[in-house]
Amino acid sequence: MNNSVANTGRLAWAALRMLLVLTVVTGVLYPLAVTGIAQGLFNDKANGSIVKADGREVGSELIGQTWNIRGTENPDPKWFQPRPSNSGYDPLATGSSQLGASDAKLTKMVGDAKKQVASFNGVPESEVPKDAVTGSASAIDPHISPEYAEIQIKRVAKANGLSEQQVTKLVDDHTEGRTAGFLGEPHINVLRLNLALKDLAAH
Amino acid sequence: MSPVLADVLQVSALIVALALVHRPLGDYMAAVFSSGKHLRVEKWIYRAVGANPDTEMRWPAYLRGVLAFSAVSVLFLYLILRIQNGLPGSLGFAAITPDQAFNTAASFVSNTNWQSYSGESSMGHVAQTTGLAVQNFASAAVGIAVAVALVRGFARSRTGELGNFWADLVRGTVRILIPISVVAAVLLVAAGAVQNFAGIHELTTVTGQTQSISPGAVASQEAIKDLGTNGGGYFNANSSHPFENPNGFSNLLTIFLLLVIPFSLPRTFGRMVGSVRQGYAIVGAMATIWFVGVVLVTWLEFAHPGTASQLAGGAMEGKEQRFGEGASSLFAVSTTMTSTGSVNSFHDSFGGLSGGVLLLGMMLGEIAPGGVGSGLYGMLIMAVVAVFVAGLMVGRTPEYLGKKIGTREMKYAACYILVTPALVLIGTAVAMATGNGESSMTNTGAHGFSEVLYAYTSASNNNGSAFAGFGANTGFHNTALGLCMLLGRFLPMVFVLALAGSLAEQKPVPETAGTLRTEKPLFTGLLVGTIMIITGLTFFPALALGPLAEGLAA
Repeated sequence: MNNSVANTGRLAWAALRMLLVLTVVTGVLYPLAVTGIAQGLFNDKANGSIVKADGREVGSELIGQTWNIRGTENPDPKWFQPRPSNSGYDPLATGSSQLGASDAKLTKMVGDAKKQVASFNGVPESEVPKDAVTGSASAIDPHISPEYAEIQIKRVAKANGLSEQQVTKLVDDHTEGRTAGFLGEPHINVLRLNLALKDLAAH
Repeated sequence: MSPVLADVLQVSALIVALALVHRPLGDYMAAVFSSGKHLRVEKWIYRAVGANPDTEMRWPAYLRGVLAFSAVSVLFLYLILRIQNGLPGSLGFAAITPDQAFNTAASFVSNTNWQSYSGESSMGHVAQTTGLAVQNFASAAVGIAVAVALVRGFARSRTGELGNFWADLVRGTVRILIPISVVAAVLLVAAGAVQNFAGIHELTTVTGQTQSISPGAVASQEAIKDLGTNGGGYFNANSSHPFENPNGFSNLLTIFLLLVIPFSLPRTFGRMVGSVRQGYAIVGAMATIWFVGVVLVTWLEFAHPGTASQLAGGAMEGKEQRFGEGASSLFAVSTTMTSTGSVNSFHDSFGGLSGGVLLLGMMLGEIAPGGVGSGLYGMLIMAVVAVFVAGLMVGRTPEYLGKKIGTREMKYAACYILVTPALVLIGTAVAMATGNGESSMTNTGAHGFSEVLYAYTSASNNNGSAFAGFGANTGFHNTALGLCMLLGRFLPMVFVLALAGSLAEQKPVPETAGTLRTEKPLFTGLLVGTIMIITGLTFFPALALGPLAEGLAA
């Protein structure tokens, strides 16, 4: 009996020492080494791809944000609008609605969003694309589809005093195709597009 | 290019990449676990630990090593989580509550990585790196070690010795997991993933919204999270978060990482038992099931049944624009069938039948191709069962790889395949009967039941993905799911190692004209059939109440 207790103790002690050594190797040295390489080679990306405009930080290229009229929950007609978000684009509360594809609540949310997007942009409901009425997985999706950008052109051009051709060109310039031509889906970064729009409207 | 054509190219590119890599990686891993030499860094580790890596262990000793290491790991991780508020780099987050800390410790040590917490609002730098990331490596290395021990059971005769657990653990970590992780992590940062130890970064957006940008050693965590089929995301949104998975390239890399070791281990197995064709028969069964799953889910998601998806014109709820339906479906099937559990889209919002396929992928027991190590040993157990069934059909004592599959071997195999179904079905039943299931549902009706079934399936099979509407952070579910994860991981390991020991003691049976040719495509077919029948019969009633009821109603 004493012998087996001693054996168990010895085994647990060896296991603990193994864990501590592996903690140093994989929990300290490994992340520090990767951080060193990342900070040296890809400093901007490793720190969150922060975007600056007019000399101040206005967001991250990879994190979506709201484009509402200041101090309200209402979308501002002068900006391209992002996808619906489950968390109001709060990066500290990521995650989707989790509602099933046949859920009555989700069906109603999609229906309401469709009406709102159609009337806001002055297009028929049949032209509203799927990403405009569905919440993303992360709730901070920085992108919209080229189709969603297209139905917003008329409204955005009018609100900024620009021609539709000017804004169409802007959208085309900011449309990113699939990575390497076949990975994922075409998309447009809303922050980049709106910052370019702001520049264009100022000139 | 149409989205469907682009997706076909994407799946093809993935298959080509895996086909190219699995041979050299499989051969390399076989060499790692057969070599008599130790690297200098490994010698330092053995000296620090006081272990002799050349001592051969019989199965009880090997098992004691696995259990002691894992038990110490659970306690150590629990401690880190409980005191994380006092650790440097805590970002001001509080200590994790006792039930959630137990759940999380069980989850990461069992390679499940079920997350009842939300990373960006609860885990600081030290908890993420020295706590969670360490177990991402260690639990994966333990899985590979147990699989290698079983393979040695087939390969060796008249000995009973299965190798040295400490040596297998250290070699798996040092020679396989770390080198690949470093390369993958750097590639992820190049794609745009975050990697720093900064504080939370506050900024004001163009329209005056205050945003807190989360920092973290994300890329280094991502690499091993996927390579080790762990799946615990740095952030709550997991691989749908742009900081974890910024673009189409990082997405394909992530999927490749979670499949590459499980699909390469059958080659390692083939090398170690002296016939690579035996490995092809196993990988053939894995690939068949995985591919059928990919086709089914992709087709269903592009067809987007379900009232909400129909109205929206596509199944984009819970999916990211840069990925779309195709890359999300490919990821979903790959993560559920590898016991990984990371997600780049939210499975709760998949169509009823697609959700059913994902559930079934886990219910198969994580063998197509399964988790690192656990996928191979799970599939070899099914191969033993298939050989036994074939033996019964012709009235002959079954044998596999020159070893007799007798009463003792079948008892171990039968116990193995009973463990997870018992945990899943009893766990779900208890949760539903006590009202704890219903009170945690986000959805109602059949889909709500699917959420509960998914949670207990995911935990017991050590997957870790979720129908995330399920409110898992309650005292009941934290504890019950934590127990399911531990029992679902370590009880099967007991039977695997016992079987390995029993096989290694046998003397080889010479091959005759009556021996079942287990390296032929016919055997692959028999294996797939056996898996489907066993799982189908076990889980059909539960699936009928959840995803089938929902899918057929839509």
